[in-house]
Amino acid sequence: MGFFSPGFRGREHADDGRIPPGQYLEHGFPVLSAGPTQRVATTDWTFTLTTETGEKHSWTWDEMIALGVEDIHTDIHCVTSWSKLDTDWKGVPIEKFLDGIEYSSEYSMAHSYGGYTTNVPLDDLLGGKAWVAVGYDGGPIPAEHGGPARLLVPHLYFWKSAKWVNGLTLMQQDEPGFWEQNGYNMHGDPWREERYWGS
Amino acid sequence: MPMPAPGSVRWVKATLVGSRTEVPGTRTLVIDSEDFTPALAGQHVDIRLTAEDGYTAQRSYSLASPAGAKPFEITVDRLPDGEVSPYLVDGVEIGDMLEVRGPIGLWFVWRPVQVEPITLIAGGSGVVPLMSMIRTRQAAQTGGDFRLLYSTRMPERFIYGQELMTLDAEADWFTLHTLYTRQAPPSDARGAHRLNADDLRDLAFAPEMGSSIYVCGPTPFVEVVADTLMQMGHDPAKVRTERFGASG
Repeated sequence: MGFFSPGFRGREHADDGRIPPGQYLEHGFPVLSAGPTQRVATTDWTFTLTTETGEKHSWTWDEMIALGVEDIHTDIHCVTSWSKLDTDWKGVPIEKFLDGIEYSSEYSMAHSYGGYTTNVPLDDLLGGKAWVAVGYDGGPIPAEHGGPARLLVPHLYFWKSAKWVNGLTLMQQDEPGFWEQNGYNMHGDPWREERYWGS
Repeated sequence: MPMPAPGSVRWVKATLVGSRTEVPGTRTLVIDSEDFTPALAGQHVDIRLTAEDGYTAQRSYSLASPAGAKPFEITVDRLPDGEVSPYLVDGVEIGDMLEVRGPIGLWFVWRPVQVEPITLIAGGSGVVPLMSMIRTRQAAQTGGDFRLLYSTRMPERFIYGQELMTLDAEADWFTLHTLYTRQAPPSDARGAHRLNADDLRDLAFAPEMGSSIYVCGPTPFVEVVADTLMQMGHDPAKVRTERFGASG
């Protein structure tokens, strides 16, 4: 390549393989939302799963917690280039919501209070890869970080971890959600730098 | 809008062809690139630096220039613990090469076809993408009325001050409200204090005007402004936010 920025040194960087290409280590937890923060009380909260036939199943907050909450320790990666390692969450695995439900879809759209959407293939939600998260760092999830509940899909760029999630709709084909319609990649794998359209 | 072909949003070579200091520690870079698609107002670009040992660092910067400008401009604030911003503000020189990718983002964008009134609310360097919108509106000579509420610490930190004050005096579609938070000039009747609900009520377009609202700045600023707008009865669907996280 033979190209470099004269005089640029960069931070001390250890390459331990946990930071995907084009990312840097961030110790804070930036908030980057497209609109105002949603504020929903757990007493008003519901989560609705809609299958490809239109069949709906809903859970109240307590019904969701009763499905079983587990601990998650993971790294997260934002498309704006920061990565935060060793984050602790509590959440209900997506498998629990699909337990006993008949479906034939391969794709899904996550919906949030306030209208945010993001599409995620079911392959990326099952097999221990995704949760509806209800806790962060030992307490409830702060509203600006997506509380009371957000989708958590840490192996994809964090815009896929829909804040204020309130539903999942199963789809037969992949459709773009909010950021996917606004310039961002349909899939979002940080290890392949799937950031934008045409990436 | 059709999606570009795979691989088309990619890093391209660019050259620094000009620069100017806006205020101490804040520098506008004028960047030229043959392969860069002209941008919309409010979009941003990724800039990548490469050290001699091959280490790379990339960050996103909002475009300050009007839509379609070639060369384009970004305005960079030097962050005290920044990795990329100190180099862009103090290191890169005219003639040096950079890698750029973009333009990116279709949400936090203003287009001249929008006829509704526009409320722009900026915290510090959050004024950059809003300046792109203002410059675009100026060049297009069409669009709704604009109001800029610009929260800044003190006159020495007032980016684009001269240009904005001149536009405020000369353009009937544009109104500037400067809200100092730490130190205001003696002539300023409002005095220095954080932007509050009274400021928004007095200076922003009222909810019934149906204005589109663009808020940009550090996250705590955006959070307070957006929450206050909600409490005042503004439609959340009309409020677009761009938050500057902790990237440097």
